[in-house]
This record gives sequence, structure tokens and C-alpha cells, in this order.
Amino acid sequence: MSSNHKNIKTLDFVHLSKYFYIFSITLTVLGLIFLAIFGLNYSVDFKAGSNVDMTLTKNLTAEEVTPILEKLEISKDADLTVGDQRMSIRFNEVLNETQDHQLKEEILKLDGGASFEVNTVDPEMAKELARNAIYAVLISCIGIIIYVSIRFEWRFAVAAIVALLHDAFMVVAVFSIFRFEVDLTFIIAVLTIIGYSINDTIVIFDRIRENLRFAKQKTTTDLHELVNHSVSQTIMRSLYTALTVFIAAFFLYLFGGESIKMFSLAMVIGLLFGAYSSIFIASPLWFVLKSKQKNKPAKAS
Amino acid sequence: MKRIIAFITVVVVSTAIMAWTTPDLLKNVRLGLDLKGGFEILYEASPIEGGAKVTRESLLKTAQSLEERANKLGTSEPEVTTEGTERIRLKLAGVTDEAEVRKQMKEPASLTFRSKDGTETDPNQYNKIEMIGTDFAENGAKLEFTQMNEPIVGIKVKSKDKFAEVTKRLLGKPLAIYMNETLISDPVVQAVLTDGTASISVGGDLDKAKELRDQINLGALPLKLTEKYSQSVGATLGKQSLKQTIEAGLIASVLIILFMVAMYRIPGLFAGFALIVHTWLLILVFVWADFTLTLPGVAAFILGIGMAVDANIITNERIREEIRSGKSIMSAVKAGGKHSFRTVMDSNITTIIVAAVMYMFGTGAVKGFALVLIVEIVLSIATNIYFSRFLQNLLIKAGKLSKPKYFGIKESEIREL
Repeated sequence: MSSNHKNIKTLDFVHLSKYFYIFSITLTVLGLIFLAIFGLNYSVDFKAGSNVDMTLTKNLTAEEVTPILEKLEISKDADLTVGDQRMSIRFNEVLNETQDHQLKEEILKLDGGASFEVNTVDPEMAKELARNAIYAVLISCIGIIIYVSIRFEWRFAVAAIVALLHDAFMVVAVFSIFRFEVDLTFIIAVLTIIGYSINDTIVIFDRIRENLRFAKQKTTTDLHELVNHSVSQTIMRSLYTALTVFIAAFFLYLFGGESIKMFSLAMVIGLLFGAYSSIFIASPLWFVLKSKQKNKPAKAS
Repeated sequence: MKRIIAFITVVVVSTAIMAWTTPDLLKNVRLGLDLKGGFEILYEASPIEGGAKVTRESLLKTAQSLEERANKLGTSEPEVTTEGTERIRLKLAGVTDEAEVRKQMKEPASLTFRSKDGTETDPNQYNKIEMIGTDFAENGAKLEFTQMNEPIVGIKVKSKDKFAEVTKRLLGKPLAIYMNETLISDPVVQAVLTDGTASISVGGDLDKAKELRDQINLGALPLKLTEKYSQSVGATLGKQSLKQTIEAGLIASVLIILFMVAMYRIPGLFAGFALIVHTWLLILVFVWADFTLTLPGVAAFILGIGMAVDANIITNERIREEIRSGKSIMSAVKAGGKHSFRTVMDSNITTIIVAAVMYMFGTGAVKGFALVLIVEIVLSIATNIYFSRFLQNLLIKAGKLSKPKYFGIKESEIREL
């Protein structure tokens, strides 16, 4: 374990970041392609329609339920997912009150112990939710830029924002590529990732700032070393802080309630990308920005 | 010795308070509908007459009337809140018949009194709207009995003049009462009514009279409501989610504490203890402030446990770094605490910024999540920075934490000065 630490700590993060940039850019392009072609697999939270989630006391099959849907004339576009003592049906059209009521009655005839969760969203509401989410992301970013610019400097803010937008987008990309369902809690997850993934970044930036104060950097090489040194000093604590939240998210995903499964999954993915990006994207990016500034006075003198 | 006693007292007393109050606190946490089961509808209100605007007053009145009706339906603690300028969110726990609730909530949307204007194609059709629901005094309709003991419905209008004008014009003609597009009754105007009250005969049917009375009262509801979003969660499903999620949280918490102790030894123990105090305080805040805990809220709760110990990790890593560089325990703890404080605050504040934005823009579940996150981060500053540091300092000053191994450091790792 400790020899492992040493290996990680002696890595040239700035140099390695080239490969990670390539990795991240590839994934981003891939994500964009998937988003453009397939979009996201929206749940009813974003698409007008109804979603009926059932917890059953015995296993029902699609064959048993489909006739009910046909009888109620709601079988068109109905999408059945059958699980162990669970079943969810998604309707692309909003169920009216009578249909909703009759469906429950019929299911209760098959299984008297069934418990339901029915979600219905008007298309207007769905659009509003998505719009608010985008506003929230933008305003959060502006807030972080302002705060980090005041506390650090604008280069840190830019590097931090790139890293956190990267994390958020990676989650969106992974959800698009693997066709995971995007519901309202997904928005919460993405926003939380934006809020939290910056924590790791701040830990490292804080150390860079501190080291800057005590070091004289004349050349880009000095700066290069300072960044590597700062990252290696803080890499373990940055990973540990991410790990504790990861434990929480991971167990929520494994054992938590069904309706926050996708939320937890998004958190797990986001936390992994968050830890990765603060080490391999944010700090090297700051180095790139800073060394551009460094070069000017160097040439002049 | 004094410090040891102080340390033991703090730990024992806080443990005792937590152990004693927790069962009661847990019982008093207000659970959201997604956890206890229930029915939630988001309505958008629009004026019955086109062109008019939804005023704050009418929205509040509508919400109030919805609440009254929900109470009549016998649901426990209906929660009716207005959102923005034209929305009302209705939350009902323990609803058994959703169809009935929806019917009751929506049906009285538009009560109109109409007369014929010549465009009718059917004798039972009345096209000219003379008066609308808002013209009637709220709760003004009453069940009355004639001397013959015949049940009639007494009504009361807001504007006597308007009613007098209408009854004068329609004297001897029918004035039809419509609920939405359904004709309920079409009594003939028997006299010009100038005192703003009238009675409607329904042919001696008591049930019919009661229904008409209720419908007119409900019709005083000023706005039309359209369902925008609805969610219904069965009680068993809610309970199951809560149980599963709390179990997941407990497992995660135990692992996090074990990790902290394995990594940081004695300070890890303090972090674990601070985490327990933190969780207890969070529940306390929820009960005191009467916040509603939803499933995303519980998720935030659990994620927050992972975030709260970040402060301890950053502080302890820093302390270890200082010890390794050859400082004494006392000065390492001091320097480590000082240096890490800024880092911890910076990272917490950025998270709060995002959570606050989420709270501002979010509705329902998003708001609940953001609220828990904000409260949690603020509390974690108190417990996982100040409180755990306070405990640690008591022991250090008492000379009990004098060896680097208590901080998980081998002597060999320490650099000579």
C-alpha cells in the first residue's frame, strides 16, 4: 500500500494530463454523438405521460397485465418493465383519472397486496423542469466562478469550472451511452456533482496557492514542478474525501429505495469523474493557463 | 486531570442526551408523501373568465378552499401550498380513494347561473352567463326548511344590486344553475330579490338540496384548476423505500467510521463521534424547524455524512503532514487546524452556493434535497470541525495524545528537523 502511494505520488501529473485530455475529449465527443443521435432516455418526469410503479406481493407477468391495458385501451405505447415483485408501466400519454383508477382496480384483482406509485407530468411542466435545471447549472457556475475568483484567481476559477462541467457532462454522456433512465433525481445528482466535485479541486488548488507563496517560479519548469508537487502532496486526501462520499452513494445505489437508484448511480459515476478530473484535468489546466501568463514577462526581460 | 474529566463528561453527557432523545425525535420527523404514502397534485390556476388575472388573493383563497375540502374528505393533515403566482400544490397523506379526491377537488371549478339568450338549440340549454361562482358569498349557501318542512337552499350573493337587476330582468323566467357544463337545476325566478338572498326549491329532495348547497359553496371557489403534475405513492411502497434507504445509510456510515478510525486512529474516532452528533443535530433541526423529509432528502442526508467527514480528513491529513515534518504533536495540531480550516471552508462554501441555487430553482423533491444539503454542511462545520477539534484538544492538552502512532503515523515516517 505504502509503496503504491509512492508510485502515485511521483507521477508527472502535468505531463500525463495530455493523455487524460485525449481520453476526456474522446469521451466528450462520444457523448455528444450519442446525445445527438439517441438523446437521453427520459422518464416521465421530463416527458409528458404517466408512470405507474407497482410493488407486488407475487410475481405478475407481462402476459397477465397486457390484456388489462388492452381492455382499458391504454396498451398503445405502454412500456412494461417486469422485475422481482415489481412492475413498472410507462405510458406516453397522460392517464386520465378513470384509467388510472381502473388500472389499479384491475391490478388489485390480480394481486390484492399491490402498492402503487403513479407519476403524471404535463409536457409544459417537463419543459419547465428542464429549463430550471439548465438555469440552475448556469447560475451555480457563475456563483462558483465569482467565489473562486475572489478567493483564488480567475485562472483557478476557469480550471475549476472546466473540470466540473466535464464531470457533469460525463455523467450525462454515460447516461446517454448506456441508456440509463433520466428522471428528476438525475438533475439533483448532476447539480450535487457540480457542487461537490469542486471540493477535491479546491483542496489541490489551495495547496498550489500555498506553495506559490513560498516558492519562486522563474520558469515554466519551476511551475510544472510546483503543480506536480502540490498534486502529489494532496492526492491522497483528495481521493479519501471523494471515497467517503463514494461509499455513501454506492450503498445508496446498492440498497437504497428504488426511486433514487438512478440518482445514486449518477452520483457514483459523477464522483469517480470528479476525483479523476480534479487531479488530471483541473490542476494541469491551471498550469497551462498560468504558464501562458508566465511566458510574457520572461520574454520581456 | 481536569481536562480528562471534562472530556469524559462531554462524551458521556452528549451520548446520554442523544440516546435519550433520539427515539422521540425520530417519531416526530415529518415525513414526505414519498415516504409515508400519499397523493400529491400540482394545480395550475386560471381565471374562469378569460382575460382576468390570477391575483395573489384569489390564489390564496383557492388554496384555502382546497384545504377545507381536503379536510372534509378526512385526510390527515392536508398540506396545501401556493407556488409562484398561479400554482397550488396539494399533498394528502393516507388517501384511499384518489378518484374521489380528484373529483372533489376539481369538480366545483366553475359554477354559473345562466339564462337564455336566444341562441339555444335545446329547451334545456342556457347560454347567457348571468352570475358566476365568485358572485356568491363564500359559504353563503345554507340548507333551510319551509314551513311545510320542505328542504330548500338559501343562497347569498355579494352584490345585492346585481342580483336585483338579474332577478328583475328574469322575473318569471328560469335562472339555470350550472356546474361546469352540467345543468343542476333551473328554478324560475319568483320575485325581484333586493336583499341579496334567495332560496331555491329542489322539489323536496333533502339529498338533492344538500348537494346543491355544497356545490354552490364549493363554487365560490374563484379559480379553475388544471392538474399539471401528480404523484401517488402507496403507503407500503413509501415505508419500504424509507427502510431500504436508511439501511443503506447505516451500512455506509459504519464503513465510513471504520475507514476514519483505520486511517486516522484516535482523531478518526473523534470524527466518528462528531458524525453521530452531526446526524443527531440534523434530525433535531428537522424536528424543530418542522421540515419535511423526503426520499431525496434522506439521500442528501446520507451523502452529507460522507461529506461531513471530509473536514476531518483534510484536517487530519494536514496534521499528519506537520507531524511528519518533525513538529511536536501540539504544534502540528495547531498548525494543521489553522491551515486546513481555509481549505475546508472554501470547499464547503462552493457546495453551499450550488445547493442554494438548487433550492431557489427547484421544486418539490429538488428543494427538499437542497435544503438538507445546506443544513447538513452548516452543521458539519460545527461538529466535524469545531466539536471534534475541541475533543481532540482536551486530550492533547491533558497530555494523552502524545505519540504520533495515535495519529496513524509510524515514527520512521517522521523527518528529522
